[in-house]
Amino acid sequence: MATGVAAWLPFARAAAIGWMPVANCPMPIAPRDNSKRQDELIILNVSGRRFQTWRTTLDRYPDTLLGSSEKDFFYNEETKEYFFDRDPDAFRSILNFYRTGKLHYPRHECISAYDEELTFFGIIPEIIGDCCYEEYKDRKRENLERLQDDQEENKDMKMPNMNFRETMWRAFENPHTSTMALVFYYVTGFFIAISVITNVVETVPCGSTANQKDMPCGERYTVAFFCMDTACVMIFTVEYLMRLFAAPSRYRFMRSVMSIIDVVAILPYYIGLVMTNNEDVSGAFVTLRVFRVFRIFKFSRHSQGLRILGYTLKSCASELGFLLFSLTMAIIIFATVMFYAEKGSSSSKFTSIPASFWYTIVTMTTLGYGDMVPKTIAGKIFGSICSLSGVLVIALPVPVIVSNFSRIYHQNQRADKRRAQKKARLARIRIAKSGSANAFLQSKHNGLLNELLELTGTEEDEHKLTKSISLLESQHHHLLHCLEKTTAHEFVDEQIFEQNCLETALQTFPSGSPSMSDHDSPVGGCCGRRGKKNNPLPNASLLTAHPIPTHQGPLQELSAIHIQSSDPLSHTASRSNLNLKTGDSSKINCKGGRITTAIISLPTPPALTPDGDGLHGPPQRRPPPPPGNPPPPSIQTTTSSAGINIVKVSAL
Amino acid sequence: CGVYLCTFSGVEDELELSAVRHRPEGLEQLEAQTRFSRKELQILYRGFKNECPSGVVNEETFKDIYSQFFPQGDASTYAHFLFNAFDTDHNGSVSFEDFVMGLSILLRGTVQEKLNWAFNLYDINKDGYITKEEMLDIMKAIYDMMGKCTYPVLKEETPRQHVEVFFQKMDKNKDGVVTIDEFIDCCQNDENIMRSMHLFENVL
Repeated sequence: MATGVAAWLPFARAAAIGWMPVANCPMPIAPRDNSKRQDELIILNVSGRRFQTWRTTLDRYPDTLLGSSEKDFFYNEETKEYFFDRDPDAFRSILNFYRTGKLHYPRHECISAYDEELTFFGIIPEIIGDCCYEEYKDRKRENLERLQDDQEENKDMKMPNMNFRETMWRAFENPHTSTMALVFYYVTGFFIAISVITNVVETVPCGSTANQKDMPCGERYTVAFFCMDTACVMIFTVEYLMRLFAAPSRYRFMRSVMSIIDVVAILPYYIGLVMTNNEDVSGAFVTLRVFRVFRIFKFSRHSQGLRILGYTLKSCASELGFLLFSLTMAIIIFATVMFYAEKGSSSSKFTSIPASFWYTIVTMTTLGYGDMVPKTIAGKIFGSICSLSGVLVIALPVPVIVSNFSRIYHQNQRADKRRAQKKARLARIRIAKSGSANAFLQSKHNGLLNELLELTGTEEDEHKLTKSISLLESQHHHLLHCLEKTTAHEFVDEQIFEQNCLETALQTFPSGSPSMSDHDSPVGGCCGRRGKKNNPLPNASLLTAHPIPTHQGPLQELSAIHIQSSDPLSHTASRSNLNLKTGDSSKINCKGGRITTAIISLPTPPALTPDGDGLHGPPQRRPPPPPGNPPPPSIQTTTSSAGINIVKVSAL
Repeated sequence: CGVYLCTFSGVEDELELSAVRHRPEGLEQLEAQTRFSRKELQILYRGFKNECPSGVVNEETFKDIYSQFFPQGDASTYAHFLFNAFDTDHNGSVSFEDFVMGLSILLRGTVQEKLNWAFNLYDINKDGYITKEEMLDIMKAIYDMMGKCTYPVLKEETPRQHVEVFFQKMDKNKDGVVTIDEFIDCCQNDENIMRSMHLFENVL
């Protein structure tokens, strides 16, 4: 029920008394309204601005937030009001909806912000009143187009696993993605230009030699032109076949406009090759040459403006159709009139109505060649009316087409501008985001160092280390940590991950060594760990790039020393050990002393190294030594017990 | 080419001036004239003014509002009769006073008053007699509100049959018309009707 008239329900029910005398059967019992609340004022506090309304006003629309019991969730007992932490400006139009039954869209409001508010308060946008609906829809469509543009750009991003065919297709479609693609793009463009110029120059009369009359260059240098033509057609054929091969959907590709243009561009040559010797069809052969000019349309792959033009014409099809139709109508009318007007005069060129068409067209488009002119007075009068109306007929639909073109063109310009701005924006956003992601990794690092200090350091050091981390952050990190534990995987830095994936993509042999998998827990082989040892530098950069607070002086030194140590693998060893310790810290806190020695003892890293290598060692490079390798005592126990864990962890 | 020479008619001429504004009598007067309390009148007026900001309801708006309660059928005919019943001074619009008087009778009146009001509703030409044609119109209007999708399926002669039943019950002297006394007598003797008269008393 359209609930704007909910207030009239009592009236409708009262008017039902009119049916009573007519009815033959007893009436059903009326529902009792037990919750007989007196109409009361409700206070809605939206971000500090207080709105007040009657309860019944809100009850008009029971399937929205404010009309249902959902608003009880926002009730504030102390202040006896409903508090919403939303935009008070947008709330105005929402409350007005309850009051007047009509939802209006304020023009100064951002469309997505407004949509969000509507969704929050449970109001569907379709009930926006007619006065504002069009504006709303227009803005929404514009916004959608904008978002679509953004999405299309994402397609440019290289996906990690693309086979050769997909890469080729991508190179064809987006020439700016790789150098090869760019080269290909320019080469084909060059050859299209050459082909078109050749076709044009072919017909220019070159100077006459011994012959009397001028021959066109095509006939004079037949062989040269033929070779040129052949070369171009070769290139085009190769290009077409390559595109056909690379296309994800060959059928769809063959049906697309560009491929049809390609085919039409090269077909005449092949047909010509087949038919040269047949005299009867040589006339047709000459006609076929005309189709060579379609090669110029191949430029539309290279020129965006051309594509926009084509798209505009397509989208203005109805306006163009109307233009054509009205022109035809006018031409026929005027041609008829002119014919009959000029019929009287002798030696008139207006021999028939179709002959007059030519005059009408030339006059209406204000060309006025002057090869046909009316001679009678009536003819002249009608001729002038014809030219005046011609201007009008053509001028009417043209602005529509122009505005369409302008809109599409600007949209494209906007898209290009956005694409350029987007890179800078994304970079900044990425830095901000990675700050938070790395905060977790950083805090793990800190947490570990925290424990070290707890065990060895003095009280002051410990205090220095304890960074004031907010409760929210610590809870968040704890959550991430739990996730790591659940999945038995770990979070790593983005760069490292990308590099790892690159490696896994390029690795030709299966990366999991059998012996490795024996040690592995049945967790899948995420490429995280294995890559690490191949790319020590990112690790190092990870550790150093983040602003380690200055009061972690001694530890910074420690980590710095680790990094400076020449053996790259020890970095990974140390880092993975660090991570390992984070995992193990819950288990072997009591064995703190051993942990301490494992890290702080500087001389031992080299000793650690071979074990470190072996433990999470590269499966392809070396067979991993069995965990029971004879290692130096105290450290070894830890590391070996940790070693098993290392194996598990690093296999991930 | 004549089509290009036609002129456009001015759009501004089509703006209507909504000059009708009506303010009801004071709250005290209405309180005295009707059987509603002050608070009830306030609630009623707020609902009324919300739908009709100009203060009066014309027949179109009335039909619109009433039709919203019966989405399946066509309530416009019955709304037309209702409108005439509410529009006691027959000036083509229902003001708040008319509205509230009508409601006062329907919701707070005596059985006699309610039956009077119902008779007034059925008597389309207000001549004091209900003829079979008038009753048939009313009956058809009521059945129209049901719409097409009913169970059992609505037949053409159902309203007519219903009118026959009604007249058999009400027309005591079989003269083909029902007068107000016949009507009230008959209804007071009918238990069902009596009970149903009290049905909507606690609506407000």
